[in-house]
Parts: sequence; structure tokens; C-alpha cells
Amino acid sequence: MDDMVKDFLIETYDNLEKLDQDFIVLEQHPDDKERLSSIFRTIHTIKGVSGFLDLTKLMALAHAGENLLSKLRDGVMKLDEDRANALLKLVDGIRQILGSVETGSTEGTVDYTELAAHLNRLADPAAAPAVAAPTAESKPTSAVERKPEAVVAEAAASAASAPKTEVVAKTPEAGAKAGGEGAGLADASIRVDVEVLDRLMNLVGELVLTRNRLMLHPAVGSDTGFQGLAQSLNHLTSELQEGVMKTRMQPIGTLWAKLPRVVRDLSKLVGKTIRLEMEGQDTELDRTLIDALKDPMTHIVRNSIDHGVETPEGRIASGKPPEGVLTLRACHRSGNVVITVDDDGRGIDPVKIKAKAVEKGLITPAQAAQMSAADAVNLVFAAGFSTAEKVSNISGRGVGMDVVKTNIERIGGRVDLVSRLGVGLTLTVTIPLTLAIVPALVLSSGGTHFAIPQTALVELVRIKPEVIETVFDVPVYRLRGQILPLVYLNKIMQGETAPAAIAAPAVSAPTALSVLILQANDSRYGLVVDAIHNTEEIVVKPLSKHFSELPAYAGATILGDGRLALILDVIGIARLARLGQRAGAVDAKADQVLATDRVPLLIFVSPDDGRMAIRLDQVTRLEELPTSGIERIGTGETIQYRGTILPLVRVFALLAERRNEPRNPESGVPEGMLQVVVHTVRSADASAEGQRVGLVVGRILDTVEESLAMNKAGSRAGITGCLVIQGKVTELLDVDWVVRQAHPELSAQPELSA
Amino acid sequence: MTDTAVETAPETTSDAKLASTYCTFSLAPYRFAIDVQAVLEVLRFQDLTPVPMAPPDIAGLINLRGQLVTAIDLRLRLGLPPAAADRAATHLVVRDGDVISSLMVDEVGDVCQLAPERHEPTPEALQGPARDLASGVFKLEDGLLLVLDLAKAAATRSVVR
Repeated sequence: MDDMVKDFLIETYDNLEKLDQDFIVLEQHPDDKERLSSIFRTIHTIKGVSGFLDLTKLMALAHAGENLLSKLRDGVMKLDEDRANALLKLVDGIRQILGSVETGSTEGTVDYTELAAHLNRLADPAAAPAVAAPTAESKPTSAVERKPEAVVAEAAASAASAPKTEVVAKTPEAGAKAGGEGAGLADASIRVDVEVLDRLMNLVGELVLTRNRLMLHPAVGSDTGFQGLAQSLNHLTSELQEGVMKTRMQPIGTLWAKLPRVVRDLSKLVGKTIRLEMEGQDTELDRTLIDALKDPMTHIVRNSIDHGVETPEGRIASGKPPEGVLTLRACHRSGNVVITVDDDGRGIDPVKIKAKAVEKGLITPAQAAQMSAADAVNLVFAAGFSTAEKVSNISGRGVGMDVVKTNIERIGGRVDLVSRLGVGLTLTVTIPLTLAIVPALVLSSGGTHFAIPQTALVELVRIKPEVIETVFDVPVYRLRGQILPLVYLNKIMQGETAPAAIAAPAVSAPTALSVLILQANDSRYGLVVDAIHNTEEIVVKPLSKHFSELPAYAGATILGDGRLALILDVIGIARLARLGQRAGAVDAKADQVLATDRVPLLIFVSPDDGRMAIRLDQVTRLEELPTSGIERIGTGETIQYRGTILPLVRVFALLAERRNEPRNPESGVPEGMLQVVVHTVRSADASAEGQRVGLVVGRILDTVEESLAMNKAGSRAGITGCLVIQGKVTELLDVDWVVRQAHPELSAQPELSA
Repeated sequence: MTDTAVETAPETTSDAKLASTYCTFSLAPYRFAIDVQAVLEVLRFQDLTPVPMAPPDIAGLINLRGQLVTAIDLRLRLGLPPAAADRAATHLVVRDGDVISSLMVDEVGDVCQLAPERHEPTPEALQGPARDLASGVFKLEDGLLLVLDLAKAAATRSVVR
């Protein structure tokens, strides 16, 4: 059954129980306007939703009831026994229809037109004088007899008094109990106070920690009997943990389910065509978070419809398809639930926003002048701000966005706005999963233990300090071609912010650094730590208010050994290191490096399985020539090549070797063959053909495109520098130097001309 | 409506609010008293996990049977010189509303009964940071006993100027 229908059934059953009681009370106090209004609203809601769910019979019946109730509510007529009977029959009828919807997904075959007609007659006696008095069997007392099980009634009553503190713990496969009273769904799910679940959750958390500690106990390893017991405790705990977590989790789809209707109705109302798309509906999050998100989500969607997306005419005028698209996405990222609301509307004009804010007295003109566009966009979150040029009845009363922000921040979340003027608006809501038990990596820095949620962790690498490069004062590490800024945790923890915190390591840098590659929102960075210990399941415990101003922590936890560890907030640390501000510069530089400095390189084997590279533009041809063809002229070696004499240069013999006797100078080359890179020496006279030389090298491995940003300057003459290519340190050969050394007469010409 | 207002009015006067049983503790050179109702337990030799980047008067976290409790170094909060490194501080675990914190003090003294009528406003002569954390005093034979203002002592941020 559709989730929406199921929710409707559960909700309506609850409301019906309340209606029964309301009617009884109403008979004693027929003038209780408030109660009448509430009944009217309930029936009205049933009418509305049943219309939406295409339950026509139910809608017709509810509509008839609504007619009568509106008369009663407005005081046009009084509730007498006849009317009360008819209304109670109405409740019965609704319940019967719900019952058949629940069991058969249809409204059943019973005909309610007579009841509806009767209700209408009662509502409008002038038009059709009442004829049939209700039969005796449906006296008001029958409602008392029908009084449902106390549990459900109680739950319904408490639901009415404190709906926010409750959660519906649904059991799947609700026993499809047939029957007109249709209490199947209501029976299969019970309402549980969230506090009870919270307590359970905490206890399970402690149980998990105790289990972890037990599993580390030496007795587990030595005593087989004990080991067995510990194992089953282990499994049971895991299952219990999962089960308790599940009771609190609900897919975000339940929250979004109401939005298609909202979008449809509102866009009609404002004369726009908007398509709603949703991704990641099954992303689960804590029920309390779902509750807290309900209003903000609606606000955000309403805002997008009202302010964001243009009218079809406006869209066509700006070259967009007439139909606007509103996209909702949800996913788990870095231990957070990230919800984005994307529209392809007009975006936010920072200039307009500033003008409005000045007009409203939120900022001074001087402040406006200094304010950046990004900051200006965020003014929509200021209290009392409304951007709509005309106040509509949907949004634009200036209470929307600041309420959204406050509500989301109250549950520890964050709202970010990215506006692309004329193209659209992306609103990102990030909510941390503070209640969950999360797998985490335990590490230490500066003697303190920290934990990082595994979800934020991309990979672990150990790097040598010398491979760290610096781009605009930011140390970066090149991970498979991706440039990642590095952050030193110990420096952050010493309160050093950028640029000190991300400056190169101290002189006594260890031989290798442990780096955690972390995902913070859309960007990645490397966190340098002292030591990485183990992974552990941790219970996130919130830190007290005393630490609320420390963005570096997402909470704390107690580790298996009883030690306390602070949980690092991956995004907070990025903010402390001011990576956000620098990321742009680093990215730009990286792009530039990649775009302009990428050159094709030829890689070959150097002695002792080293790697060396030559710029491909310095390579004229690659030849494999037999050693038997070598002829000696004077001190040099030559070989006949395409009708010319090609001087040969033994590259490795020229280079200062790291060892005295290279074991295998031209390794990998077939016996009796020479691997020759033909290089054309530039001639002073551009028109004249340059002199060619043959560089004798090792086995040719590959050609790659690589940026020439050196990791390290060359350690010996003839080497321009070192690069990491395909994960190997590769020396870049200075071809000009080689030629100069071997044949000074050839290379002299270009130098003279220059 | 008016009836209840009259009934509750006397309870809100300052005299009625004063507890008569106090737990005393020392923060050399001062002696303080705290409402014994607010004290949950007294701990010694507690492992303290420092929290980097926290304000200096927030000493760190202690693990109180699975519950994280923030330890506040009351000496530093009062602007007193820090305790000698070799002296283990005593943790006075207190509850202020829903929040449980641990106040690190020199030594916990007696629990004593003090008559509300002996409670006096903090004398003008008492100046300095200690004044900010005192809600009043008791004048005893052997000196002044300052009544700790718990809300300020355990506040999120130091209120001491």
C-alpha cells in the first residue's frame, strides 16, 4: 500500500476515535464552538485528502458531513439528537470505507449516497424537509459501545496534546485485519514517546561500549567457553542496536510526500508551471529530525515557487523552457544528512537584496557597499526580510527564511545558499547525525585522542614530507592527479589558524606523515595527524554548551578502553584552516597547472630500475638500433641512420651516478640492441635543419601527459627535477645539458644566438 | 488568578529561596559554600581529558560512568593562580538545571547548616573576581564564607571580568 494512503489511514483512525468522543461531549454542551470547529476541520481534512487520493465515495460523504457541520459551527442550527445520530453514522461510514481501503485498496461496495443525502437534508431542511428519522440502532449511546480499546484512545488523546514528542513506530506487514471497524493498521503500530526511545538508544549505546570493552578483554582470547558467550553477546548487541536505531529512522520520503501537492497547488495559484523532482527519498533519518524539518522544508519549497521560479512568460523571455524544475535531493554525506533544494529560477540578485535590506533598515548603505555578493545573498536569512516585490499569500511576509534557518540550526544543522543569478538557486540543508552510533577511526595528535566518522573518511595515505608542494602558501599533496590542501591537526589544535596551521611542517618532520583524506561538503582535504590507531563504533555524545564555540568538534565519545575521545568535525576543521577561502585559489592554480603546464612526456627506465622522462617535444623519433652498427669516430660513437651519421650520446654515462658502477645501465633493452631517442638540436638558423643526436637510454615505458610542477629540484647535474608519474618518482632529463656535455659544438649555436 | 499570585508571592522572596544546608569548599584564599542540593557527588583523582582550543578555564571532560561531564577550573575562572601541578584537584559534580558540570576546587570541606537570617549581601570590602561569583556571604567566627552563585560558576562563558 502507498505510504501516503497508510499515513492517511493511521491519522484518520486516530482522528475518528477522537470524533466519537467529541460528539458525545458535544451533546452535553451543544454550544462548544471550539469543539465544533475542530470536528469540522477533521472532516474537512478527510474530505481534502480523500479527494487527493481519489477516494470519491469518501469525499462525497465527508463533503455532506462538512455541509452540516459548517451550519452547526456557524450557529445557524443546533446539534440535536437527529443531527448527532447522522454525524455519528457519518463517522461509521468513514470508518467502513477506510476499512475496505485498508484491506482491498478500494472503497468497497456499500452505497453511502442515502447517508450523504440525509446529511444534506439535515443541513438544508428548507430545500428538502427531513423525512426519514434515523433508526433506533444508531442512538448516540452506540458510540460509547463502539468505544475502541483504551490504548488507542489514550494514544490518540495524548497525540492531540503533545504531537511533537511522539513517534509512530510502524511495524511492517501490518496485519491485514478485515472488517468494517478496520483497526488493523492502528493496532499494528503503536505510538511511543520519543523519550522512551531516547532512553533505549542511550542504553544501547552504553551496551555497545561495554560490548566493545568486553571484546578487548584478555579472557575472550583465552577461554573458549567465554569466547562463545562473548560472541553471541556481540551479535545480539549489534542486532539490538540496529533494531533500536530502526525504530527512530524514517525515510525522508515521508516528509516529502506532501510536497508534490504543495507544489502543484501553489504553482497553479501563482500561475507558474513547475515540475517537482525528487532523488534519494529513501535516505533515512531520525524521526525527530524529520519532524523538525517539516516546516522548514515547506517554507523552502514555497519560497522557491513564489520567488525563485519565474512565470512561463518570464522564463521564455530569458531563454528557458516554460516549465520550471524544482529538484529535491537527499543523501548521507560525511555523517550528515544533506538535503538540497534546487530550482532553475531567477536566483537572487545581490544588488536588489542589498537595496531591500537598506530600505528595511537591516543594514546601512555603507555596509551594503562593502558587502560581498555571497554575504548579500545570505541577507534573506535575516529576520524580517522579504524579497517579493509584492507580498503574496504564499510567502513573502518576511518570516520564512529566518524561521527556516533558526529551525534548522536548532537541530544542529546548517543552511547554505548558492545563487546563480538568472540561472537558479541551490539551498543546502546539512543536518548532523548526532544521535547515531557511527563507525569511526581513532587517531591521535599532540597526545590527545580523536575520532573521525568513517563516513567523512575517503582514504588513508602515508606520504613523505618531500612530496608536499606549496601552492599560494597552502601545502598541497597530489593524490592521483588531484591536488589536496593539507591541514596539520596539531597546529589547528594549538589554535593556530591559517596560514600557520597549514604551513609546512616543523624541521623535525618525521620520515612519513599519516594523512587522512577527508570529504568536507564538496571539497576534499588531507588532515595530517600523529598516529592512526584503530576503528571503533562510537556513540556520539553531544558536548556541553561550554564548547559550543569550538567548530572543530562534532561531539565526544567514550572509547572501548574507557578513554575519552573528541569527535572531529571535518567541515569545522576545514573552516578553521580557512580552506574554503583558499580552496578557490588552489583549485584555480591546479586548473591552470593542469591546463597549461601539462606536457607530454616520454618515460624510460634509468639504471637500477629508476625512471626518467624526456619532454616529448624534444623527441624527434624513437629507434631501436643494433649495437653492431656502432662505429667509433675519435672519442665518440656514431651510427648510420637514414643515410646520415648520427652521433650517439650515452646518457647514463654522462650523469653522475648514485653508485660508482651502474649495475645495469640500459636495463630492459634486448640484448644487442640500443634504445635511441633521436633528438634534433635547435639550430641558430631557423630555416636550416638542426643536427640530430641519438640519446641512448633505457627501455621505453610509456608516454604520459603530466604537469611539470616539480616536487623536488634535481639532485644531480643533468636532471631538471623530480616528478611523481604513475606513482613513481621520475627524473626529468635536461636534454640540452646532455647535448652540451657530449657535443658542445652543437649546442653552442643556440646559446650564442640567444 | 489573583488568589494564586498572593499565595506564591512570599515564596519568591529572597529569604525563602535560600537553602539552609551548604557544602563548603576552599579555593585558597577563599572559602565558598554551595547549596548541598546542587551537589551530586565529590570525586578525586579523576582522569581529565583536555579539550584543545577550549577556553583556559574549561579544564576538559571527565567520564562519569558513561556520561560526559565538563570540568571547570574554578581557580582559573576566578582569576586565581592555577593549583600546584602535583595537587590533584577535587571535582565537585554539580547540577545547574539540566546541565551537570564538575567544578574543580582545592578541597571540599564540611556540610553545615546555616540559618537563612545570617545570610548577608556581599560586603563592599570584598572586591576582585571572587565577588562576581558570590551571591552573598555568611560571616562565621573564623572568617567569611562566600555563597557560590552556581549559575555563574558553571556558566558557558566566564562572567568574571
